[in-house]
Amino acid sequence: MAATQETIEQVKEVASTYKYGFVTELESEKAPLGLSEDIVRFISKKKNEPEWLLEWRLKAYKKWLSMKEPNWAMVNYPKIDFQSIYFYSAPKNKPKLNSLDEVDPELLKTYEKLGIPIKEQEMLAGVAVDYVFDSVSVATTFREKLAKEGIIFCPISEAVQDYPDLVKKYIGSVIPISDNYYAALNSAVFTDGSFVYIPKGVKCPMELSTYFRINEQNSGQFERTLIIVEDDSYVSYLEGCTAPQRDENQLHAAVVELVAMDNAQIKYSTVQNWYPGDENGKGGIYNFVTKRGNCLGKNSKISWTQVETGSAITWKYPSCILKGDNSVGEFYSVAVANNAQQADTGTKMIHIGKNTKSTIISKGISAGKAQNTYRGQVQIQKSAKGARNFTQCDSLLIGDKCGAHTIPYINQHTPTARVEHEATTSKISEDQLFYCLQRGLDTEQATSLIVNGFCKEVMKELPMEFAVEAQKLIGISLEGSVG
Amino acid sequence: MSLLEIQKAHLKLDNKEILKGISLAVNAGEVHAIMGPNGSGKSTMSYMLAGRDGYELESGDVLLDGKSLLDMSPDERARSGLFLAFQYPVELPGVGGMSFLREAVNSRRKYLGEKEYDHLAFVKEARKEASKMFVKDEMLKRSVNVGFSGGEKKRFEILQMTMLKPTVSILDETDSGLDIDALKIVSEGVNAQRSDRNAIIVITHYQRLLDYIVPDFVHILSDGVIIKSGGPELALEVEKNGYVGMINAA
Repeated sequence: MAATQETIEQVKEVASTYKYGFVTELESEKAPLGLSEDIVRFISKKKNEPEWLLEWRLKAYKKWLSMKEPNWAMVNYPKIDFQSIYFYSAPKNKPKLNSLDEVDPELLKTYEKLGIPIKEQEMLAGVAVDYVFDSVSVATTFREKLAKEGIIFCPISEAVQDYPDLVKKYIGSVIPISDNYYAALNSAVFTDGSFVYIPKGVKCPMELSTYFRINEQNSGQFERTLIIVEDDSYVSYLEGCTAPQRDENQLHAAVVELVAMDNAQIKYSTVQNWYPGDENGKGGIYNFVTKRGNCLGKNSKISWTQVETGSAITWKYPSCILKGDNSVGEFYSVAVANNAQQADTGTKMIHIGKNTKSTIISKGISAGKAQNTYRGQVQIQKSAKGARNFTQCDSLLIGDKCGAHTIPYINQHTPTARVEHEATTSKISEDQLFYCLQRGLDTEQATSLIVNGFCKEVMKELPMEFAVEAQKLIGISLEGSVG
Repeated sequence: MSLLEIQKAHLKLDNKEILKGISLAVNAGEVHAIMGPNGSGKSTMSYMLAGRDGYELESGDVLLDGKSLLDMSPDERARSGLFLAFQYPVELPGVGGMSFLREAVNSRRKYLGEKEYDHLAFVKEARKEASKMFVKDEMLKRSVNVGFSGGEKKRFEILQMTMLKPTVSILDETDSGLDIDALKIVSEGVNAQRSDRNAIIVITHYQRLLDYIVPDFVHILSDGVIIKSGGPELALEVEKNGYVGMINAA
């Protein structure tokens, strides 16, 4: 009897592990299934795009056709059938919004379930949020207030209409269409995303934020984000993601490009909680994302902070090109992989300018049967005299069926540069666990305390309210992994 | 009724019998010292009481406040008032001392049906108690036990004991690695906790600690059994003659 009860409890627990796994019943408008030149044209037409962008997309599509799926990452998955994916899906009756009151109530309910009521966020948190639901941006809050400072924060599809020169100048400037297979795919079929422009000498007065959600079955999400920060300006940008629980895999192939001019600073934080699949690896999101920032100006700085808890497969290397002299690139990452999740993530720091500095702090946590790989490249080019890099990669193993791998690539072409790499692998020890239990903490509390301690250096880089959410998420994604 | 009662406890590790029928009754307000040579089963006994994985009894029982501990997990035992000051306190990298203390104390308070501390009230209380143990604010900001000296570790253990207000505390070789000044501070901390509502078990090799924490009873543990019990004078006898004579006589 006891055993049966236990099984029931366990099943319940597993079923309720991913609390964002609900589906919203919204009428949606989709493009026909699959990918072809016609679909690319369809998307461009839907978005009422100028000719140059259609040409750009078609070029990307042709390039993509000639490319092969990368296979160097330490991840395994069946071949993706691109003809069984919807490349465009939009909630029907997309309102032309004057205020949030006009947003489809079903959609608002979804966000409430996610714990981010738009209204409340707008009022209380002072966070300007862009919501991307499947393929289109739903609402961008706080635009007026930002506009007073000359800041542009809007869906990229609108930026194409309203600020075509800026978009044309910078789109693909950091990640060219031929960069990699998924970047080419994204360039061909991207449907929406966020656009941010901070003019000279402006410190963006609030955190800007995008919330991504994949709702539609068999749909992919291909959003594109472009952030440009002019001289002496600053922006902090947050990105969060969830998806419903579905048995089949869904593809998320985003592109994020950042450009920082002289003395500009960009802080880009991500809390990624896409559906990871069930404990046997059924379903879940394939998260194949290309993110890169260009420190174009002198003394510019780009920081990537990411907490990756979701996705069946994560393939992601937010990178910095340190072109401007004295520019700084930072990468702070926590990647959690439990059950059958696979994560191959890291960064690239390309030092070109003089006295450029980069810091990489990566914390990988593996539990269950998960495989977690850090893959990082530090490239110091000849021109990067006096460049410095510090890399620290720590892996934490929970249980004995998971794996952690660290693969650093260092290419150094300057004698005056200094590159340091430290790596550790540890397990949550029985001693640590027992010590915490003896103080009255239960196993879940103890694990989460130890894990959060392990991640502390990264967590402190996140904006406060995000850090709290991220801590909870890490706790949730490791539930049941110890004991 | 005794606060803690060990009844004919037998325990095996790797198929070897370590505890061979220990019985001990500890009443409220009492301090008991357990002395014995290396390998006599002292630390095994403390792990058994705390419920460490692998230290389950072969036979016998342990009652805390009349309730058997055997079906309780280590954290349940802790929340219901059993505290173990570790011989080798464990490092928790990245876990701040203050937040660790707060989580522990709030778990216990929640269990007792008391209101959990809010952040500010807790910090105030913790600082007050910490200063008595000469634990500096700076130490509470550091990661638990990481880079602590031997003395700091033991002071932090006793600070935890003070904050958790356990009914039964077991101090496992708390004197090891302490210089005389640290020994005095730690002992004063322990003595401040003595009351007629709780009990303390002090496990030690040496009589020295018992000059500062004066026990009501002393028990000599040898080869998994208590061979002799008495008052504080028994500790002096050990100091004078060593364990050998006593073991041979038993």
